[in-house]
Formats: sequence, structure tokens, C-alpha cells
Amino acid sequence: MIETYAFTKAGAPPSPPVYDKDEAKKSCIAGAGKVKTKQLANRMAWVAQVHAVRDDKNKTAFAELFAHFAPRVKSFLMKSGASPDLADECTQEVMATLWNKAHMFDPTKASVSTWIFTIARNRKIDILRKQRRPEPEDLPWGPEPEPDQTEILALQQETEQLGGALATLPPEQRKLIEKAYFGDLSHSEIAAETGLPLGTIKSRIRLALERLRHAMK
Amino acid sequence: MMNMMTNIKHHLTEPLLMGYAAGTLPEAFNLVVATHISMCDTCRAALAEYDAVGGEVMLEVPPVNMADDALASTMALIDGTAQSAPEKPSPRSNGIFPAPLRAYVNGDADAVKWRKIGGGVSQMILPTSKDASVRLLHIPAGTAVPDHGHRGTELTLVLQGAFVDETDRFGTGDVEVANEDLNHKPIAEDGLDCICLAATDAPLRFNSLLPRIAQRFVGI
Repeated sequence: MIETYAFTKAGAPPSPPVYDKDEAKKSCIAGAGKVKTKQLANRMAWVAQVHAVRDDKNKTAFAELFAHFAPRVKSFLMKSGASPDLADECTQEVMATLWNKAHMFDPTKASVSTWIFTIARNRKIDILRKQRRPEPEDLPWGPEPEPDQTEILALQQETEQLGGALATLPPEQRKLIEKAYFGDLSHSEIAAETGLPLGTIKSRIRLALERLRHAMK
Repeated sequence: MMNMMTNIKHHLTEPLLMGYAAGTLPEAFNLVVATHISMCDTCRAALAEYDAVGGEVMLEVPPVNMADDALASTMALIDGTAQSAPEKPSPRSNGIFPAPLRAYVNGDADAVKWRKIGGGVSQMILPTSKDASVRLLHIPAGTAVPDHGHRGTELTLVLQGAFVDETDRFGTGDVEVANEDLNHKPIAEDGLDCICLAATDAPLRFNSLLPRIAQRFVGI
């Protein structure tokens, strides 16, 4: 079992957990058994950072999340067609949402990268496409009040494997997936841009996703 | 009421799930996707994977520096926003429509303002962005929707009852994804009237003259 105060939810008042990034990483590496990657440790540290924001409005933890994620959110928004100024402004709103909605984050359901991506995507639809974003209704059972550490670790590890698999895809497949997510291009527009026939694009994306899934098994 | 979801046989396609995760679909399609996922645990799980892919792609893009004062501005933004109370999860449906659809109808099935479009079929067009359109269709049990083909993509999600066409049977929660290749004539099954949510990114193409003329007036 993973013993770490840094990851434990503030279920033990009166003293909220003291946030310490290095401590969070160390205890993850010590506790995670065979999974000792630095990337997974980073991922668990992000979870601890979001919890520190949620539990004691920790500005150091927020600044660390900001330093890592804001430049990537900005890049995503620019690739989706926002000007640098607009992208900067939207990114600040995305990060402010992270602060305000930290209590909504469930690390047994999503990695911090996934969660921030969904916030940024919704902001993009709102600002750049000026559309409402219908969201699925919540499941009747809410988030567990005290998420289990092994469950959190398992989900974070799975997402890390997905990221690793994405990085090892053949470049042209990875590029297509990136375009589909960031270029704001439909498959037929991708076809126009890359000069590949639509059938090829679709089968390559399918192939890439199959590989991703296989790598995650 | 949401326990019908175990019988779903026809799911969303990969391009639809990916497009919804990427945020590149028209609003009308997003509504059908969000409504189906509210009813379908399989597609909900699949969507989580596509969201995760988006997160990982975002992690790998070359970062772009924020403005020097961006963190300070963000902190000011946070201090300026009244701390919103933690929002309640969407109330569970007791009726037919999942929450995302109720938000567009302003209520459940009893709040729908049906307009007859001929052949016993009624519809209500829901307000979305113009790149695609979405409507509720009410098809009395045993009634056929006029034979039609598609110029673009048409998504049809069954909310109550069932319909059959040349390809298969579609029951509550099932979604049919039709494209240019499909010319079909859906017929509502006997029993409950069939209520569907249908989105299209191009006008339908009716195969006989009369519905084609009617089309001009009812905006299908």
C-alpha cells in the first residue's frame, strides 16, 4: 500500500495535508512497486498539486501546475486558431477554472492532463466556435469521497502508458491524431491538407488508435 | 428509468467519439453524442479514452511561453471571481430525456412543442449553431418516415420505442449513423410511439416528389 500524507485527501481535520512536491514524488516512487518511472511520479505529483489547491488553496502548488500546463494549453489554443493574445487570455481562464473547480477533479477517472485538456477544449468551443457544449449527465453515483490510492495510481499509470504509446507511434500516424485534436480539421480537411485520400486517413487513424489500445493493455 | 442502457447495441463510431473529445463536431452532433453517452456506459468509457488521448497530445505539443505577468493576472482573475458554490451534479432524469437534451428542450418529453410535418410524424427543431441541425421526431407506432437518402451524415438516437429499417432494428438508446450510402425507410415498431433525436449536417434527400415539396416548408 502506498503510505503518503501528500496524496491523502484532507479527510483528517483539523490539519490539512502539507503539500510537498518532492515528498509526493518520493513516496510515489517508493510505494509504486515495479512502476518507478519519473513520468508516473510527475503525474502523481500533479494530482497532489491539484489536491493542495483544493484543500488549502496552495499557491505554490498552483504556480507549479501553471508553469507546466499553461504554456501547453496556450499552444493548443493557438494551434486551434486563437491569436497569441487571445490564447494567453483563454489559458488564464482555463487555469482559473482549475483553481475554482479543483473539488470536481477525480483522479480515479482522469489524469490531470486529461482534466485540463477537457477544460481547455470546452473553453475553445465557447470562445473560438461560439457554441454551447452539451455534456453527458453525471452518473448517479458521485465521486468516491475517499478515493483509493491504488485506484488513483492505476488510472495515472494507464494514462502514462497511453502517452508513451502515443510517443512511439510512427510519425505520420501521430501527426494525424494531433491534427484531428488540434488543427480543428475534419477528416476531409486533413485529407485536403496532407494530400492523402480520405479512406487512407481514416484507416491510419483507426490503426493508430488500435495500436494505442493494444499498448495500453 | 436509466436502466434500459444495458440493451444498447448500436454505438457511436470512432470518428464521432474522437470529434466530440477534440471539440470539432457541430453543436447539433455534440448534442446527440452527449445524450447517447448519458444512456450508454460503453461509449462513456470509450470517450474517457479519447479525452485522455487529447490530454496526452496536449502534453507533447511544443509549449508556448505565457506573457510575463500571466500568473499574476490569473491570480487576480481568481480573486475577482466570486467563489462559486460547488455545483450540484445534474439531477437524474425521471422522464425520457437525459439532462443534456432537457437543457435544449427546457424540459422533458411533455415540454416538447411538436409541429406536424405530415404522415402522422411531428418534429421540433432545437436551436444550435448553423453548421448542422438537430430535431426531435415523434413517429407514431407502426408509421413509416418517408423514404430518404442523405447528402451528409445523419445521426438518429432512439429515446423511446424503436424503429426498423433495411439495416437493422434500433431500440431505445441505440444510435444509427447514416451517410451518403444509405437510402432507408425507417418504420416505427408497434407498441410505444417512437421518439428520436436526429442530427444532420446536410438536408435530407427525399426520394419522392411530395415530401421534397413539403421539405421546403418544414425545414427538414
